Amino acid sequence: MGDYLNTLVFGYYPYICLAVFFLGSLIRFDREQFTWRSGSSQLLRRKQLRLGSNLFHLGVLVIFFGHLVGLLTPIAVFDAIGIGHGFKQVMAIVIGGIAGVAALVGATLLLHRRLGDPRIRANSSVNDNAVLILLYVQLVLGMATIPISLGHLDGHMMLNFMAWAQGIWTFQPNAAAHVAGAHWIFKLHLFLGLTTFLVFPFTRLVHVWSAPVWYLGRRGYQIVRTRNGNGRKPV
Amino acid sequence: MSHFLDRLTFFKKNVGEFSDGHGITTSESRDWEEGYRSRWQHDKVVRSTHGVNCTGSCSWKIHVKGGIVTWETQQTDYPRTRPDMPNHEPRGCSRGASYSWYIYSGNRLKYPMVRKALLRQWREARKTLAPVAAWQSIQDDDAKRQSYVERRGLGGFVRAGWDEVTEIVAAANAYTVKRHGPDRIAGFSPIPAMSMVSYAAGTRYLSLLGGTCMSFYDWYCDLPPSSPQTWGEQTDVPESADWYNSSFLMIWGSNVPQTRTPDAHFYTEVRYKGAKSVVVSPDYSEASKFADLWLSPKQGTDAALGMAIGHVILKEFHVDRQAEYFRDYVRQYSDFPMLVRLDAREDGHVSGRLLRASDFPGAFGQSAQADWKTVAIDETSGELVAPRGSIGFRWGDQGKWNLEEKDADGNDVRLRLSLTDSHDEAVPVAFPYFGNQHHDYFTGTDHPDKLIRNVPAKRVTLADGSQALVATVHDLFVANYGVDQGLGGEHVASDYDADVPYTPAWQERITGVPWDRVISVARAFAGNAEKTNGKSMVILGAGLNHWYHMDMIYRSIINMLVMCGCVGQSGGGWSHYVGQEKLRPQTGWTNLAFALDWARPPRHMNSTSYWYAHTDQWRYERLSVSDILSPTAPEGDWVSQSLIDYNVRAERMGWLPSAPQLNRNPLDVAKDAEAAGRDPVDYTVEQLKSGDLAFACEDPDAPENWPRNLFVWRSNLLGSSGKGHEYFLKHLLGTKHGVQGKDLGEEGGQKPAEVAWHDKAPEGKLDLLVTLDFRMSTTALYSDVVLPTATWYEKNDLNTSDMHPFIHPLSTAVDPVWESRTDWGIYKSIAKKFSEIAPEVLGKEKDVVLTPMQHDSPGELAQPFGVSEWKKGEVEAAPGKTMPMIKVIERDYPNVYKRFTALGPLMESAGNAGKGIAWNTEHEVDFLRQLNGTVRDDGPTQGMPKIDSDIDACEVILGLAPETNGKVAVKAWDSLGKQTGREHTHLANSRAEDKIRFRDIQAQPRKIVSSPIWSGLESEHVSYNAGYTNVHELIPWRTLTGRQQLYQDHPWMRAFGEQLCVYKPPIDTKTLHPYLQGAESQNGNPHIALNFITPHQKWGIHSTYTDNLLMLTLSRGGPIVWISERDAKKAGIEDNDWIEAFNANGALTARAVVSQRVKDGMALMYHAQEKIVNVPGSEITGTRGGIHNSVTRAVTKPTHMIGGYAQFSYGFNYYGTVGANRDEFIVVRKMAKVDWLEDPESPTLHQSQDQTQAAE
Repeated sequence: MGDYLNTLVFGYYPYICLAVFFLGSLIRFDREQFTWRSGSSQLLRRKQLRLGSNLFHLGVLVIFFGHLVGLLTPIAVFDAIGIGHGFKQVMAIVIGGIAGVAALVGATLLLHRRLGDPRIRANSSVNDNAVLILLYVQLVLGMATIPISLGHLDGHMMLNFMAWAQGIWTFQPNAAAHVAGAHWIFKLHLFLGLTTFLVFPFTRLVHVWSAPVWYLGRRGYQIVRTRNGNGRKPV
Repeated sequence: MSHFLDRLTFFKKNVGEFSDGHGITTSESRDWEEGYRSRWQHDKVVRSTHGVNCTGSCSWKIHVKGGIVTWETQQTDYPRTRPDMPNHEPRGCSRGASYSWYIYSGNRLKYPMVRKALLRQWREARKTLAPVAAWQSIQDDDAKRQSYVERRGLGGFVRAGWDEVTEIVAAANAYTVKRHGPDRIAGFSPIPAMSMVSYAAGTRYLSLLGGTCMSFYDWYCDLPPSSPQTWGEQTDVPESADWYNSSFLMIWGSNVPQTRTPDAHFYTEVRYKGAKSVVVSPDYSEASKFADLWLSPKQGTDAALGMAIGHVILKEFHVDRQAEYFRDYVRQYSDFPMLVRLDAREDGHVSGRLLRASDFPGAFGQSAQADWKTVAIDETSGELVAPRGSIGFRWGDQGKWNLEEKDADGNDVRLRLSLTDSHDEAVPVAFPYFGNQHHDYFTGTDHPDKLIRNVPAKRVTLADGSQALVATVHDLFVANYGVDQGLGGEHVASDYDADVPYTPAWQERITGVPWDRVISVARAFAGNAEKTNGKSMVILGAGLNHWYHMDMIYRSIINMLVMCGCVGQSGGGWSHYVGQEKLRPQTGWTNLAFALDWARPPRHMNSTSYWYAHTDQWRYERLSVSDILSPTAPEGDWVSQSLIDYNVRAERMGWLPSAPQLNRNPLDVAKDAEAAGRDPVDYTVEQLKSGDLAFACEDPDAPENWPRNLFVWRSNLLGSSGKGHEYFLKHLLGTKHGVQGKDLGEEGGQKPAEVAWHDKAPEGKLDLLVTLDFRMSTTALYSDVVLPTATWYEKNDLNTSDMHPFIHPLSTAVDPVWESRTDWGIYKSIAKKFSEIAPEVLGKEKDVVLTPMQHDSPGELAQPFGVSEWKKGEVEAAPGKTMPMIKVIERDYPNVYKRFTALGPLMESAGNAGKGIAWNTEHEVDFLRQLNGTVRDDGPTQGMPKIDSDIDACEVILGLAPETNGKVAVKAWDSLGKQTGREHTHLANSRAEDKIRFRDIQAQPRKIVSSPIWSGLESEHVSYNAGYTNVHELIPWRTLTGRQQLYQDHPWMRAFGEQLCVYKPPIDTKTLHPYLQGAESQNGNPHIALNFITPHQKWGIHSTYTDNLLMLTLSRGGPIVWISERDAKKAGIEDNDWIEAFNANGALTARAVVSQRVKDGMALMYHAQEKIVNVPGSEITGTRGGIHNSVTRAVTKPTHMIGGYAQFSYGFNYYGTVGANRDEFIVVRKMAKVDWLEDPESPTLHQSQDQTQAAE
């Protein structure tokens, strides 16, 4: 039974989540353009937003890319450039820990603001509140893994997680077995992380796709969209 | 195809650059722009407007998208004016622009609703009984009736189907007709001009039953009685475009930018053109900022200011120097030259009545109506003459009723204004003075109550051989103002700073306005008028007219205008804008509205007297006649009677209408007469004389005289206009109320002499209250049956205004949503149901109808001298002469529906008429037969023009009215020409072929055709201005003298000291004192007494009511009362505190707005803030905090009851008692506990969730 559950949650569930994540985002983008937004409440109250939002976003971005690079880069790459497994784990704990604290402080401010301000509360949907609480719990869980990680600094658990993640991406049949022995906090963290992908297309999180990073590399100050733009009938 | 795929343009996204790479061009998708584009796309635009409560009459584009009304924008396609004039457009305001909110709002009425307790009993009864019997079974059982009556206003509505609900209403109506009489069914709906067909639907149904149609204009106190008194005209005013022709504008007690928003641009524009403007307003209103000079008199003392301005004008332009234009104007167009008798009394002389031709030997050869021809002196010959134009010429001769300067025989005359150069003696005449009356909150002076002033007089010999002293109106008028014509004596001023009534210095003590400002304003006003031949204008409104003595304030201003020759001149005159909403195609409409095509006359009632009696406000009356009687009143017993006694006498003498009329069912009276083999009219007179039959008004509390069924539509009677709101709740509805005071019985006050007193006042007189509305208004909450009606964007109707000359429609943008129906449709379905069930108890019946002597009919010449009562044996009872006219009318109850939907036979057999001018309509009825089609079904209406749809009804109005059918206009002018002996048809000839049809006005607003129904012209040369045809076509005003009448000689006018204009301070309503004593102890907070002023607001009323969330958001989201900073400080009130205002009438709760804008001593509460939004419970009454009218009570004035006397004759919405409420004072204090009464049905106040306000 334990095996079955492990395979279900860490073997099959990831594919459901990722499929919903990609397909859902795509369909929503194509069909519900007007709902594609971050749903900012800045108009209602600026207080707490500047600090909370910036801390949260900064922390989350670091964590997100840390996980992405840390989990999906083949271990051979690290070996080749001489980064030891123990060192990599400590680096992840330190950087992730700092970013995690920043994100948690930010999220605390945001959560307090969202639930505490009567105007914002009145303007928040269940969905808005739920997604913030979800991220908050996930952050707390992530931070809770640090003491456990500190108990085994040799990096072997980290290798298991990398193997699992890469196994999922490369459609390895037994990927779930890699995390079967992980601490329950890790497992909960993984499960919630996958769930975040699952609910992603149905929430304001979709704004992640449209993060305005293009501005950074933009040429020219004035942009003129030509008349016969792509997809538009010639006039 | 796919937003996502279209975005994949990594290689071809940027397709070029410009400006050295500072700009780039891209080929990315632009589809997202469609979202913004289609946001403002729509399927259609329909022309409509806002159709009850706004005078703006702005044409709007209603945008419809996917079958949903999405928004509205202002129409900009009005026909142009002329070169040199700004156009009318765009018209509209934020209130109108947010109206579409209502259609789909939570407050929209979607289904017919009935009070649950009533519906349960109805269904139970209907299981075994026929409809009328079922209703009877509920009414006959006190417990059953009481079960729903006492639940009014306390929730408990359930849905019902249309079929069932119309059956309830029809059964109640049929039962009431049979049991109590048709006049026990009444309907209240205001301002027909704003949606004529909707109004007419209800009144047509009521009139076919014989029910009572209630007036609104007088009840709203928007009717200025001074207008009928002076001009014989309900109200006629310049259109707003005519402001642009003025060069001196006074804005007096009117707040143009706030309450006339769509018209205000003309005011701004004429300021740019160079016009000077003086604004008179106690508070710093929005209009004040337009002023060159802002005068801020103490509220309610405006007459003192007006009299002082008049004093300066008289002295400088009429006496010391005689401005030629002014003198010629007043000679020809005012009653100044007319002769008045000076009556000798023990203590000197007082001015009496106007002399008549019949007073003199031979009556100047005038055999016809010599009692009604006034007399003057011809300056050239020095002889007495009866000049043309007086009302005797109107009804006594043909072709002599005009303002040509001629006598009856056609000899040229030049009337003498003043006798100063040719008098026999200077007679000391007593003028009444009221400014010395004590009032706790208004300053008086200590002058005597009779001011003796010298008046030049002549001795003349009368027909009976006696000698009489006579003076001209001019000389009395000048003396009244305290201006010396060189005769010296007491109480005339040598200087403006003399302490003599009506000097500028005198007024400063009363109004607080510096006296030098008054002099400047007077000189500028008159100086401008002299240079421009009368282009000085006064815009005035509710701020002045809602005072008890509004006549005096208004007449002080009218005097200024007449003295300066401004009335009837383009760019000049009297611009009274409130509530009037000119119903331009009136004479087409009245036939439809009052079913004059089937029976004449209809039953009309003046609402103020009706509500005063039937809500038992008279039982609490504290103002006695001695408080207001003139020290110069003619001999007689004036003071032993109370105000309602005066009203009852007026009804018996045929002055005012009655409803209900007799103390028995008029159908039964007719039956008894038939059984006795007598003529019903003779029989009724005889029974009345013997006392076997009586007027219902003599005992309004007796059950047989109660109003039984009431329809309210297009109105928020209980949430807005119901002065004495709490008395309505207590006595008329019989439910929870907040009346605080004791009635005269409990208090031991002077009880009425003519009215029966019942120790226990009835509570719950109405059997059934039916409200038609599109929103759950305060009135709907108190009703037994609520019918969901179409909004202003869901029906076809007509709309006109006095503010502009166009007629334009309301149109169906979408069909009525949910189960709502148009007003026309609702009354049609009630009529249908009524006809189905009527045969249970009713067939063809004879109905005895009483009507007062009507203005603009020969009946207005009923009582030329004195006041005599048949009831007291002083005079023979003669219908139409000494008592109401009595007619017998046949009702056909089973055919009410058929009659409702066809244009009846009287249009062809009796023709059409308006304002005393009659013409035939055969041609127009034929036209309507072709246009609307004819009724094909067998029956009494076969072959008659159909009036099936609301558009059919519109076409009937448009086809019959001279204003919208050029041929009719020519006929009407021609008919008037026979009376005046002058040719008038040239005014309409150019548009003789114009026929304005409903689809025409849907295409574009149309300018109406000039007609003799109105005193101004719609032409390409002048803007509409009231009195224009009187001055330029020499058509007399419809007054006793035929001129602008500044001297009022009716005995009752003289009794109350209003023969000439005088200053009268506000009355003491005596509702304050007991509450001022006890108030402080009640909740621990300090209190203050303030004058309670209820002006029009910025966030509601016009086009929307005060429950529109968009507008509430811009204001404070609920009821507010404005008070001054200093008053607030005295009472420890801070801005936004919850406060309570109360007096003997009741209590209201609101938030305080503390503002520098408000004058000390007054509180402003914008009227008609709904009880249904954000109103906490009252600490005083323990019930929900009330509306603005919870602290008011109507107080009637005897001079408004006069009838049968030329211009003082009754006309519907023309003359009658008015519902003044501005003299009221309130106690204001901060609330200690703000209780929201959240628990339904809690016997004690619920405190848990409520807020407590600290004292400091």
